[in-house]
Amino acid sequence: MSDGEKTTEVMLPTGSDLVLSVSPHLSAADSVRRIMYKVLLALIPACVAGIWFFGWRALAVIVVTALFCIGAEALWCRIAGKPVLGTIADGSAALTGVLLALNLPPEIPFWICLVGAFLAIWLGKQVFGGLGNNPFNPALVARVGLLIALPAAMTTWTPPRGMGADSPAAAEFYSPSTLHKLQGKKVGLDSVTHATELDSVTCATPLGVVGTTPKILDKSFEAQQNFQAVDNNEMLWRYFLGIKGGCIGETSILALLIGGILLIAFKLINWRVPICYIGTVAVFTGLVNYFFPGVTPTPLFHILTGGLVLGAFFMATDMVTSPITPTGCIVFAIGCGIITSVIRIWGNYPEGVSFSILFMNALVPLIDRWCGQRPFGYTVKREVAK
Amino acid sequence: MGTLTAAVMVMAGIGLALGVVIGFFAKLFQVKSDARVELVTELLPGANCGGCGKAGCSDFAKSVVSGENPPSKCPVSSKEQVTAIALALGIDAGESFAKKAVVCCGGDREQTLRLANYNGVLDCVSASLVAGGPKGCAYGCLGMGTCARKCPFGAIEIINGLAVIHKELCVGCGTCVAVCPRNVIKLVPAEAEVHVYCNSPAKGPAKKQVCRVPCLGCRKCVRAAEGKFTVNGFRAEVNYQAPELPTAEDVQKIGCPTGCLLTAEEHLRIEMNEPEWSAGKDE
Amino acid sequence: MNKNVKTFHGGIHPACDGKSLSNGVSVQRAPLLDKYRVVISENVGKPPKPVVEAGACVKKYQLIAAADGFVSANLHAPTSGRVTGIVEVPGAMGVPVQAIEIEADGADEAGELLPALDWRNCDVALLRKRVEEAGLVGMGGAAFPTHVKLSPPPEKKVDVLVLNGAECEPYLTADHRLMVEQPEAVLEGAAISARILGVTKIYIGVEINKADAIDALNAHAAEFGIEVVPLKVQYPQGSEKQLIFAITGRKVPAGGLPMDAGCVVQNVGTAAALADAVIRGIPLVERIVTVTGEVVAHPGNWLLKIGTPVIRVVEWAGGVTEEPGKLILGGPMMGFAQKSFDVTVTKNTSGILLLPRTVAVTYGSSPCIRCGRCVAGCPMNLVPCALGNAVEAERFDLAAQNHVMDCLECGSCAYVCPAHRPLVQHMRRAKAEIRKRKK
Repeated sequence: MSDGEKTTEVMLPTGSDLVLSVSPHLSAADSVRRIMYKVLLALIPACVAGIWFFGWRALAVIVVTALFCIGAEALWCRIAGKPVLGTIADGSAALTGVLLALNLPPEIPFWICLVGAFLAIWLGKQVFGGLGNNPFNPALVARVGLLIALPAAMTTWTPPRGMGADSPAAAEFYSPSTLHKLQGKKVGLDSVTHATELDSVTCATPLGVVGTTPKILDKSFEAQQNFQAVDNNEMLWRYFLGIKGGCIGETSILALLIGGILLIAFKLINWRVPICYIGTVAVFTGLVNYFFPGVTPTPLFHILTGGLVLGAFFMATDMVTSPITPTGCIVFAIGCGIITSVIRIWGNYPEGVSFSILFMNALVPLIDRWCGQRPFGYTVKREVAK
Repeated sequence: MGTLTAAVMVMAGIGLALGVVIGFFAKLFQVKSDARVELVTELLPGANCGGCGKAGCSDFAKSVVSGENPPSKCPVSSKEQVTAIALALGIDAGESFAKKAVVCCGGDREQTLRLANYNGVLDCVSASLVAGGPKGCAYGCLGMGTCARKCPFGAIEIINGLAVIHKELCVGCGTCVAVCPRNVIKLVPAEAEVHVYCNSPAKGPAKKQVCRVPCLGCRKCVRAAEGKFTVNGFRAEVNYQAPELPTAEDVQKIGCPTGCLLTAEEHLRIEMNEPEWSAGKDE
Repeated sequence: MNKNVKTFHGGIHPACDGKSLSNGVSVQRAPLLDKYRVVISENVGKPPKPVVEAGACVKKYQLIAAADGFVSANLHAPTSGRVTGIVEVPGAMGVPVQAIEIEADGADEAGELLPALDWRNCDVALLRKRVEEAGLVGMGGAAFPTHVKLSPPPEKKVDVLVLNGAECEPYLTADHRLMVEQPEAVLEGAAISARILGVTKIYIGVEINKADAIDALNAHAAEFGIEVVPLKVQYPQGSEKQLIFAITGRKVPAGGLPMDAGCVVQNVGTAAALADAVIRGIPLVERIVTVTGEVVAHPGNWLLKIGTPVIRVVEWAGGVTEEPGKLILGGPMMGFAQKSFDVTVTKNTSGILLLPRTVAVTYGSSPCIRCGRCVAGCPMNLVPCALGNAVEAERFDLAAQNHVMDCLECGSCAYVCPAHRPLVQHMRRAKAEIRKRKK
């Protein structure tokens, strides 16, 4: 290189702005915030379905609960002297809020949303030290807390669009007086549910109907037909689409599956967890149904009703509160499935998804311990080469 | 009324029965402990700092009772406390040298160059594992507060990126000395007032490139105050073994050209007055 | 390339590997400088002892520091000139280190070379001695003296030599260019190493993103009885244990060395240097270095003499387009961030990487959300997030129980961590504390 060339505008670094950090110096593009927003994105189909079936009131519940959660988080951070904006910006409070809203009945009073938001953010998350340290899923802490404290409000279900008095098995879901009031009227958006004269139109959930049906412990024809009214192909199809009473987010299995596929496509969840969870419920209820058809409906009924799909895709897969190793996740999912089935079949509550996930959340540290990985280069006996 | 009485009776009965059971087992499995150990433990400060080399105060009490250690081995107890323990056991108190820790570095954020913007765990040990830390001087205090977090007595404050020891709180347990990755903290006799606030053995010009207050090894102090200082390589040290320690007057007389030779009070005052820091610190 | 390329379990695939910046640029020879500062303690083990005094005149290739003990390596003058003395320079690890400063006379006149050896027929002891004399060290990064590696204790039965041409580090292309431009030197060096070790099975593992290198090697591999093994592009494919597993299916036991699995792993750069030393009698004084990064005006690969200051190399590469946010010696995954541009090229400098702030990661202190990506990415099957938490709580006993000592510090965990936790720093801290406690 000649001297002439050297002088032509070679800009040399001064080294005045060097950052000193440990290796690696590159990072994958993902961040906690992006993960949270991606999960929120995956929840959109379920939210849309909830709004379609329950009207604008459902949207109000979702928005209000999310805002309450963000407010509760901001308030806690202010009191605790943590940076407020940074904590809210990670989107975890909004996500908790939306998840909680999807677990509430559509006609829930807003003050209950407020209580729920504080339960979720304060009791479910911040008392343990905030995001990452909470042993239990915050949204489920709030839901179970509300369910125990305010059982009436939490189990008052409004009929979704398309579940009028003329729909199949209407007699199973409505009380005779409600059925009478509903005669000849449409249900759903701009529906009778909001009309003053029909202010208190409520319906039962499929699981609620099953829960109140007397069980038959033999294999007689009556036993086979025990749940026929709510557990037949036409009804199952309606459950799949979302025409059933229940929480805002759990009605439409179709929408939840779209969201679940998004989660798997974003590589946010391990597909084995929802599959193992739902599979365990299917196997367990299938066995019981096979031997005692009068005790519980078919597995497909169990999959398509209640909060199982919502729980399996969005709750049991919560990163913070599920085990960290792949094997641990499967153990966790199977445990959730067994407890859900047990509660649904024999428990006092018609639904057991929330309880089962919370219960298994408590076992996560143990599962993590039992399902530790064998590091590379260790033999089965864990001998170390000297 | 009957229900209430029954409930009260049942509760009382259960309480009584359990109380008896607990009392019985407490007597059955009682661990016989030496009363003297308990006495000594009570007389000790109870900070469990580990400065004596034992696992904690009760462990140290055991070793005192067994005669393994003299009571004066506890660096935290004052002379009176040590005497009280010795009297209680009827043994010799042992000779005690009260010590205090001192951070031999004056290189705060203004005085010493930071060569790079450090991005990582705010802990001195961790930082020193990343290219030796961001500080221009490879020997000075990193100022990320590992010692301050470890000090059982809260005697260390990080002021403007420099650890400073509050002498009145320091008991000389040596915890900070053990955790400092740069070995910049030294245990010195408690009565020493004057220290050389530089820890770098590097050559003068090299030090001057990165720091405004280094010891340049000019020997001014050695010449002015006979026997009170030694020069080790390119760095002066206070001769803490000398019968007479340097005083504030000596510092005046010497007039260290870089100002790294200071009394502890003066050093603390200089650091506390740093304008940038005082804004964020409630003093 | 077929899909059944070999690989290991775990690891990551960096989305942007930056190799295209420099993988098509041929190796350039650096101009002569007026001053070189050769770092004395370049190798793992004991630093060599300087054998020249200040003021002495040296010729190129002349010994300037002699190995001190077995695990130590000779150091030779990179050019002819006058020794001005021993100076302190910033070391690649951040701590100032001693270096021999040589003022070049501009003649670059070579001194007496060692006699060339007929490696196929001469005594193995002679070959081993030559490796020692030439001051060869592992050029992949660790700088472990090569003659030590090639002298496994007799109780360890070594039957496989694995040549590491994976170059899994993003951005780096030095080995890639070497394999493309001098495949014969690499292969011949491997064959000589195999003869020293007395093994017949020689593999050379190359990631399939270096198709031209695989072709170039395959053209001559048969002559030397070497098998070229295409490997999946997966970081850290070039880590010894992972490479051995990918190629031979053997697992190096935990805490063990490759020779515990009957293997010796050698970097392709070392092999080429070894061939030079044996066939032409040239000791190790220069190496290929990738000078790259988004802010470098003309990224490329340079044949640099040891002791060259990094700032000069950046100048030859056309300078920078903007002020870099990070200067890294080595690759971006395991390389060391530097505090100043005064560091010098050493025998194990594989790359000089200048990253802008926007590309370099900024570590945060947000908590772990237990997403488990680090667990999936760890090539050693550890649970990095749990180890990180243990270190944050200063529970080093817990970290030791959970095998932190097996950590490679490859950085896969920190790379995938969405919370940008400085996990590698935690691992290093744990290792340092545990070692301290063992003493």
